[in-house]
Amino acid sequence: MVLRLNVNGTVRETAAAADTPLLYVLRNDFALTGTKFGCGAGECGACTVLVDGRPLRACRTPVGELTNARILTIEGLGSAAHPHPLQAAALAEQAAQCGWCTGGMLVAAKALLDRNPKATESEVRTALADHLCRCGSHNRIVRAVLRAGRAPRRT
Amino acid sequence: MRASISRRAVLAGAGGLVVGFMLTPAIAAEPEPTAAPVAADDIAADQTGSPPHDAWLRIGPDGRATLFTGKVELGHGLLTALAQIAAEELDLPVDHVTVISGDTERVPNEGATTGSRSIETTGAALRQAGATLRALLVDRAAERLDVPADRLTVRDGVVTAPDGRSLAYAALAADAAPRSTAPRRADAPAVRPKPAAERRIVGTAVPRRDLPAKVTGAARFVQDIAPDGLLYGRVVRPPRYGAVLDTVDADAVKDLPRIVVLVRDGSFLGVLAEREEQAVQARAALRRATTWSGGTTLPAPDRLWEHLRTAPAQTHVIDQRGDDVASAPAGAVALTASYRKPYVAHAAIAPPAAVAVFDDGFLTVWTASQDVFALREALGAALHMPASDIRCIHAETGGSFGQDGADDAALDAALLARAVPGRPVRLQWERDETFAWSPFGPAMMVDLAGQVGRDGRIATWSHTVWSNTHAMRPGEADEPNLLAAWQLDGTAEAAPPRTAPATAGGGAERNAVPPYDLPRRRIVEHRVLDMPLRVSALRSLGAFANVFAGESFMDELARAAGADPLAFRLAHLSDVHARAVLEAAARRAGWPGRRGGNRPGLGIGFARYRDDGAHVAAVAEVAVDRRSGAVRVARVVIAVDAGTIVNPDGAAAQIEGGVIQATSWTLREAVRFDATGITSRSFADYPILTMPEVPSVDVVLIDRPEAPSRGVGEAALGPTAAAIANAVAAATGARIRELPLTPARVLGALAASPSQSTPEKRRRG
Ligand code: FES
Ligand code: FES
Repeated sequence: MVLRLNVNGTVRETAAAADTPLLYVLRNDFALTGTKFGCGAGECGACTVLVDGRPLRACRTPVGELTNARILTIEGLGSAAHPHPLQAAALAEQAAQCGWCTGGMLVAAKALLDRNPKATESEVRTALADHLCRCGSHNRIVRAVLRAGRAPRRT
Repeated sequence: MRASISRRAVLAGAGGLVVGFMLTPAIAAEPEPTAAPVAADDIAADQTGSPPHDAWLRIGPDGRATLFTGKVELGHGLLTALAQIAAEELDLPVDHVTVISGDTERVPNEGATTGSRSIETTGAALRQAGATLRALLVDRAAERLDVPADRLTVRDGVVTAPDGRSLAYAALAADAAPRSTAPRRADAPAVRPKPAAERRIVGTAVPRRDLPAKVTGAARFVQDIAPDGLLYGRVVRPPRYGAVLDTVDADAVKDLPRIVVLVRDGSFLGVLAEREEQAVQARAALRRATTWSGGTTLPAPDRLWEHLRTAPAQTHVIDQRGDDVASAPAGAVALTASYRKPYVAHAAIAPPAAVAVFDDGFLTVWTASQDVFALREALGAALHMPASDIRCIHAETGGSFGQDGADDAALDAALLARAVPGRPVRLQWERDETFAWSPFGPAMMVDLAGQVGRDGRIATWSHTVWSNTHAMRPGEADEPNLLAAWQLDGTAEAAPPRTAPATAGGGAERNAVPPYDLPRRRIVEHRVLDMPLRVSALRSLGAFANVFAGESFMDELARAAGADPLAFRLAHLSDVHARAVLEAAARRAGWPGRRGGNRPGLGIGFARYRDDGAHVAAVAEVAVDRRSGAVRVARVVIAVDAGTIVNPDGAAAQIEGGVIQATSWTLREAVRFDATGITSRSFADYPILTMPEVPSVDVVLIDRPEAPSRGVGEAALGPTAAAIANAVAAATGARIRELPLTPARVLGALAASPSQSTPEKRRRG
């Protein structure tokens, strides 16, 4: 059985069983390793991707449920050569230390800004409340999201 | 897969000019580290035996520089800062400096990346090495251009004579072979690093070189390394410390698809699969299909402090000044207090992991270890193979705060890889395993006693700390202190720490000596030898608890003396840098805060990290909900004097991170356990500070470009904890001496001290 998934605008195939968490398929079948494992239990947010524009935890989402969905990962947001405004803002604020939480935070922030481009600081903090960071990059990430909210938007 | 790079080829084959340099143990003692051209045989010696050099710096035939260092990136921006230092001294653009880091086949053995020491030691030595290499290049240019060296200028790797003729580093280095590098002429003037006024790169906020990949998902962490033919590994841990594996029902996994191999060796049990999710499933199935016996009984949590006080210990007097600290001057007020800090978890968001492959008996391991050379030795001992047949290559993980499971994962991966020669294996820990089996920062208890005379000065001070060692890294313990090694030999017990002679050490004593002018003081460490929970280094080691205790007690003495906590500290401080950070933090924070009404509490904490490191003063502003007992830290102002700041934004980020992590430890964190083992095994059981709860952090950097650099990664933690505890006391009158400052403890302290609810007003108003 081959499953087809639309990831970052490209349709890809995986031989994974339908109950396989999306996280392992992204990382191991598609080499999209920007999506991270932190807990496997929905507690940390490191594995967050957007599914049809909504943040979802890839560690808890079976691929079988996603065959008709559009999946966006941190790699699909932009690249070093063509960064998304959120990525550019994260660089401008130097908003990462180890960088493990960063991808999940940025894709969750994209969902927030798409919905609410003028999100306030407290709205940003609330939107990212379930995203853990051990290095203490929180305030820089918040500043980056606010900065991106002010930047010209691109989808 | 076998490492094919010959050691000498790394440097010699590429040509160019190389200098090797030494780290100096204490900067203050020897302000000028040595740097000299590398002799051919030194290169091999640097990676084995006793190294003539700790690191190398090369100018290649392309005119670019490469730094070969054993220090590694922990997500703290170190490699960016080192590149800045090299570029500064070489007069090169910073992006013309490549850093090769943490690979036992490619760099010299430079020791661990720990203790906020890297910028202090490697940075200082690199500065000298860069200056030496630049001088060698300028000498060559002087010869070729026939112009005295002191008339030449260098900019962006081009040496220019007054008449406009120039030679690029590329041309100067192209024909040089490191084996034939002559030392500088004996009559050449001594090489000095650049004076502060001439610096153009050090002291500027160069962006971190690792961040573009990290914000785009392109970074390759150790957990992302995927050589062709990769197998995925998981390990089945015992249910508790010390348990021994009795039986495994292999049938439990026989129906699972594509399980490649089950590896059992003593009490070590692991599984390899073609797909990662299958390895995860197999682990879960095996946990149900194994039986274990025995196991260590842990002390009851409520008897932990008694256990620490009564267990066998080595006692060291760390510091003693003046006569008997117990004798009281007339009219003195005497106070005693006991402070506690629980076991704290590293709780990095990334799980420990490693990639290993055995090829022809040669083992290659990608690891997030903070010391690849010590790990190589420990792996050799555990696997009974020569360390020279092992290559350890550092790769980043998501969060390195001390000795977590990174080193353990390397042995796990190696044991699994040994079962499938030629195939690479990626081993990763699960979350419950990470919480249950990584070493913790040890629980600590600190007793303080002191007296304040009628003159308002501290007459006597005594500080007594009980703690396990904080030094259990590979290389710091008698046996290869890697988790699976205990399981292989069947003892399932941690190796004892390397038996230290009767001297201090082990980290529990860090910052136990107060930074104040105290003519009569006695500082004692009881290093508790019984280690019921697995412990090792966690960011700042014993400094966190010692500073929390000592600085809380300073406030208690100030209150007894009727003095303002800031003024009381300043009255006992002659160190001008200490005074400067305290005054800077207090000024920025608006000390002593608004008065009366429902004002938030301000609290202060100060330390000079590790006694010789950065001076740090923190002022925390807290609000305490008297009904729920919840403490909210709204803001932390933190002033830091770390000498020469290499990268102000990088330093600020480290300090912010230290403040936030310390706030989390202080308000939230305690490892939970019962008699049978660790019970906090998830982020739900072990909550850390979240985005809405994080304080704003206001960093005040005091740059002293003429002074040596001091590391900042660990310096903020103790002062932050003390500032928060002191702020809670200022806001409520409730003094809490046990971390974390949970709502239950706050309510308990409020109930116990209703009459003390307004001491600040009496003192200040
Ligand atoms: S790994 Fe999915 S939430 Fe932590
Ligand atoms: S930057 Fe390390 S976990 Fe957030």
